[in-house]
Amino acid sequence: MQKRRVVITGTGAVSPFGKGAERMLAALGSGQNGVTRLPEPAYAGDNAPQVAGVIRDVDISDIPRKHRRCMSPMSGYTFLAAREALEQADLPEDTITGGRLGLSIGSTVGSIGEFEAVFQEYLPAHSMDKVKSMMFFKLMSHSVAANVSQALGVSGRVLAAASACSSGLQSIGLGYEAVAYGMQDYMLCGGADEYHPLFSATFDIMAAASRGYNDAPERTPRPFDRDRDGVVCAEGAGLVLLETPESARERGAEILGEITGFATIGDHTSMTSPDPQLVRRCMQEALDTAALAPSDIDYINAHATGTLLGDAAESQGIAALFGDNVPVSGLKGYMGHTMAASGALETIACLHMLREGFLLPTLNLENIAEECSGVRHLTTPEIKDVTHILKNSFAFGGINCSLILRRNHD
Amino acid sequence: MTNQEIITQTNEALVQEFELEGLELKPESLLYEDLGLDSLDSVDMVILFEQSFDIKIGKDPDILAIKTLNDLHNYVLGKVNARKSA
Repeated sequence: MQKRRVVITGTGAVSPFGKGAERMLAALGSGQNGVTRLPEPAYAGDNAPQVAGVIRDVDISDIPRKHRRCMSPMSGYTFLAAREALEQADLPEDTITGGRLGLSIGSTVGSIGEFEAVFQEYLPAHSMDKVKSMMFFKLMSHSVAANVSQALGVSGRVLAAASACSSGLQSIGLGYEAVAYGMQDYMLCGGADEYHPLFSATFDIMAAASRGYNDAPERTPRPFDRDRDGVVCAEGAGLVLLETPESARERGAEILGEITGFATIGDHTSMTSPDPQLVRRCMQEALDTAALAPSDIDYINAHATGTLLGDAAESQGIAALFGDNVPVSGLKGYMGHTMAASGALETIACLHMLREGFLLPTLNLENIAEECSGVRHLTTPEIKDVTHILKNSFAFGGINCSLILRRNHD
Repeated sequence: MTNQEIITQTNEALVQEFELEGLELKPESLLYEDLGLDSLDSVDMVILFEQSFDIKIGKDPDILAIKTLNDLHNYVLGKVNARKSA
């Protein structure tokens, strides 16, 4: 089957830094940390996690009630991101609604806050009398994709990967394949999640949540650092619009970058501990799909959540394939782990780095952990002419994803 | 609570729940065509009035005949007054 080239012409973001991709990129560029101390710990217990990257002051009330009534916050944020991406790409209304545009938008789960509300009504007497119909549309697993589809009037394919923290990058990869192989002419892809204390609590059960920096939120998470102590959960929504370079040129849309490769594989060895060899294999398969060698990659944007096991495995996988020549950094030190949004928000940051020719360092990386050594960690910004970026996302359940971005040469 | 107070409270609950600010609520207003509500709103309207007036509506087939605001007022008045006299 003939494979078409796939470019990105629109981006949209809502992040702990606020609404808009530009705001997020400005915050990243100035080294800000969007993690804050919460009023309450994630759960009742000694030294429970009490930091997160939460969204403040983003208003979704201008979304028409007919659509907003079915939206939990993450769907609202994603709709704002969708409008931003589509406006940037200047996609005509009849293209959005006529079947040529598809969606691929994942979240780790439906709205946990809405689940909580339903069960508060249901459990006391096992009664559904007070459970409103709208609640279901907020807690179903494909709530974000379905809500964006309804609100935009999309009649192309609607995909909703629920692959935990890989959901965003996997959704972009699925969208890339849909455009590359001619299934859709345009795909709006990415991921979203909204913060709930159960996220932090769940990571903490597995000793993977940061709990040692509750009084110094700006110092966590600390990817690859000797003193890292786990994930800082966060929320956000990130989307990219994909199409062919031909359709972009016809419309006069600016090409922000190109996707040239993607791979996703299962790590069957563990639900929680990535196998460095399977990290390596995923990146190698992504290179194969792009017909590139490891030496072609100019920068690696790591998943790097700040956990003890995950950061070490990713470092070892990168070192095995790339050695210590390629600059590596992760972006979760800036705003925490935005879960399903992270792969998409970080892809947007990668596009910016491709275009601007500078690389963001890993924030809070002060002392490289021995088990994370063997790769060239960026601890300060670096000006560099970048052609190819490899971006990783990994998830509980053993879902590995690697995406390859190329600077636009058209 | 007088019938007029019940009607006023019904209208206030509708305006708040379904964001009807700025719309003129006339007795002959059609819930779907004039007020922009739909079948999903009707489902949640049951819970809204059950909680607002401490009445039981459930899956009462009589609600299917409600088309206008006046129909709704009469239905709610009937339920509230029946509760008061029970």
